[in-house]
Order: sequence, then structure tokens, then C-alpha cells
Amino acid sequence: MKLKLIEKPPAGNIGKPVQLCACGSIASSGRPVVIPKWAIGTYETVIGPVLSVSTALSRLDIWEHFKCRTTSFRNHYTVQPGLYAVGSPDNNSDVLVSANYKYSFDCLRSEISGMNVWLLVLDTKGINVWCAAGKGTFGTAELIRRIGSVKLNSVIAHKRVIVPQLGAPGICAYQVTKATGFRVLFGPIAAKDLRSYIDAGYKASMAMRTMPFTCTDRLVLTPMEINPAMKKYPWFALVVLVFFGLHPSGILFKEAVLGGMPFLLMGLLAVMSGALLTPLLLPLFPFRSFALKGWITGLAMVAAATFFIPGFRTPDTLLSAVTWLFFPAASSYLALQFTGSTTFTGMTGVNKELRISIPLSMTVCAVTVVLLALYKINHWGSP
Amino acid sequence: MKYLADVVTLSLDSGKCVGCGLCTEVCPHGVFAVADKKAFITDKDACMECGACMLNCAPGAITVHKGVGCAAAIIKSLIYGGEPSCDCAGDNDTKSCC
Repeated sequence: MKLKLIEKPPAGNIGKPVQLCACGSIASSGRPVVIPKWAIGTYETVIGPVLSVSTALSRLDIWEHFKCRTTSFRNHYTVQPGLYAVGSPDNNSDVLVSANYKYSFDCLRSEISGMNVWLLVLDTKGINVWCAAGKGTFGTAELIRRIGSVKLNSVIAHKRVIVPQLGAPGICAYQVTKATGFRVLFGPIAAKDLRSYIDAGYKASMAMRTMPFTCTDRLVLTPMEINPAMKKYPWFALVVLVFFGLHPSGILFKEAVLGGMPFLLMGLLAVMSGALLTPLLLPLFPFRSFALKGWITGLAMVAAATFFIPGFRTPDTLLSAVTWLFFPAASSYLALQFTGSTTFTGMTGVNKELRISIPLSMTVCAVTVVLLALYKINHWGSP
Repeated sequence: MKYLADVVTLSLDSGKCVGCGLCTEVCPHGVFAVADKKAFITDKDACMECGACMLNCAPGAITVHKGVGCAAAIIKSLIYGGEPSCDCAGDNDTKSCC
């Protein structure tokens, strides 16, 4: 097996269709495929050429990762499932299993520079290892199928594959062994620990096996909490403006903006409180319910804004009641959404929270509607 | 960080446990430990019900009601029915969420 570097200049080959082995890496259908920019060449194996992967991330990769963290770009960010080479692996080299979400793939390859290993990428429909394992696409059946389709037993002489620990909710190790003869070793959670794991004789320390959730971990997740909330914000703004602008004579623009402004600002504060502040402050609350954490943060935000910023203040008692009632509840609802991004919330717990939180939220919404209707009746009654 | 107390559905039947220790390897929250060739639960509240231990327990000593701890997924299942799932796997055309 040897590495065949792509002829210089790289642009001569990269980005253009080439024919690769029909059974190995990427062209299982035999169709010509485009060599991606993160490949440094092809690598000859007993089953034909596979792509040799660079372990350095390009500026483009990093820019794409940023887009994954902030937009729906991540919904279509994939690599072709199959076998890849890193360094100059031989038939005794380790096989690292990963998902075909390009971000996951990039995290893995960027942590294994200087190593000679095979990468076996499963078809997880472009989803990361942990989420895909939860759903079962990073799963026993797919691993068994992929070991067969890349003819792994011809490429390597040993009988072990290293699966990331977070793949375990989808991979039943003993069933893989039963079906393929390959032993599944659950590697560390983070790719950065792979080297020490392998050097220690495939042993991971307790720290490598437990999932952290640091402030930075939480911070990078918040854009994808704020974004969906802000997509709904224009609808909220529209309702607020129409409500305040609505008069028996029609919709008055000045009234809409002047009357609506405190609510529009409060809406933004509620998003920041539920989708940014609560996730960041998560461990500081003395209680565990996300709904409660979000509510308290929302309440604090409303209090701070009302007392210190005149633009947030509303002279009307009914509107003031709505402010104190609705916006902390909105913050609480948004904070609950963050349960889907955490590393430690379970379904039974979230169910319990929702059983209490949903009826409360509905009540708050109903009372809000009644208070707003009363305000409007009062307002129209007194010209 | 831990989630709500006393709600986790995890249970371990020591009688069936063979002490292989795989549960200690797959658990991302260090919920299990092994002593005298038997696994035991050290911190039940730390469990997030991912189901990795149950799936990999060959003698079937571990049971847990596996699922996603995601409010959006659970609300969606309440409205449209079915098991809560974030549709991360893209097996339909809905947008993935994680």
C-alpha cells in the first residue's frame, strides 16, 4: 500500500471527477467522484485506491464550521461514507469509525496528525455521532453493512474497530462482533484523547469517558437557540404593532411604533434571556428545572429593564401586568428548548417539566390575551 | 451539572450482571462502577437515559426508558404523535435540529 500524491498543481485534480476504486472508499457505485479539497491524494490499498485525508483544517473548513454553528448550513454538510486513509496506514493500523457529518469528520482528522490510521465513515445522513447514535443511524446495522461494503477484513489483518464512545447509544458491540468478527472498542469521547487512548493500550481514563459541558460548550450552542427564536420574532413584532396601531378608524402607524416599542424591546430581551443568558448561567441556579431557570432570568431581565431603562417602561397598569407575566414566561419557554442541546437532560425529566410548564404557559397566554383585550377596550373608551 | 432529581428510569439487575464493565465504558456520565465483579449505580440522577448501557449489556441486566431529553422533540410528539425524536437522522424531509 502506498500513498499517491495528487499531481501538482493540486487544482489540476482536486475538484475534478476521477475514477476511484469501486469497492473501497467513495465510489461504491463506480461513478467518477470529485476529489474534495480536504484530500491530499489517493492511497493504494488491496481493494483499490481510497482517498488520503489531510489532517490540517483549511480556512474554508473553519469558515464552514462557523456556519454550522450559526445557520442551517449544517443540515447539508456531509462527506461520502466509506474508507479513508490518514498518513500511511497498513494492515495492522487502527480503524477509527466516524459519522459523515463533515464537522464531525473534520474534528476527528484534525486531531490525528502524524498517525497512520484508517477512517471508516458511516452513513449517518450528515448528522453528528451522538445525535445519530441516539436515533440509531450511527448504528449496529450500518456499521456491520459498512465493514462489509469496504471489505475491511481484506484491508486489515486485525479484528478491531474503534468506535467513539458517544456512538454507543446506537452501536451494540457484541452484535457487531457476532455479525462481522470485528471487536468494537469504545474510544474516548473527544478525538483529542485518541492518541493517549491508543498509547495506553486502548484504555480511556474516567475523564476521557465523561462528558463535560463547559461555559464555552454552552456558548457555541446558543446561536442555534437564538436563530430559530429570532426567525419567529418578526411575527411577534407584527402582532405587537398591529395591536398597538389598531384603532376604530384604522391602523395608526405612530401609535403602533410608540405604543409597541416597550413590548418589541422586551421581546428581544426575552430571547436573550431564555436563549443566551440562561444557557450560560446554567450551573449557577440552585435548582435544576430549566423552565424555572429561564423564568427567573426572564423576571430579572424585565425588572432590570423596567427600573433602569425608560424606553422599556409602560405607564399603563394592564400593559405593565402583561409585561411581568408574559415575558418571563417566554424566557422560560425558550430556556426549556435548550434541553435539546445539553449533554445531561433525559427524556423522563423533560417530560415532567413539560407536564407542569405547558399548562402554565397556556394559562399565561390566555391571561395575556384577556388583559390586552381589556386594555384595548379601556383605551378606545377614553379618547 | 445534573437534571431533575428522582426521575431517571434506569435500573440494574445485579443478579443478571456478569461484571464485564462495559457499562462503565459507554456511560458518558460515569453512572456505573464495578466492584466484586458486579456493576452498581453510583449516581442515578446523573443518568441522561441515552440507552448506551442497556444496548451494550449482553446479559440484559440494565433497563432504561431510552429517549431524547429535548423539549422541542417532546412537544412535537405531543402534537403529532409518535415517539419523541429530533428527526436528526433525516429519514424524512423535515429539518434536522441537532
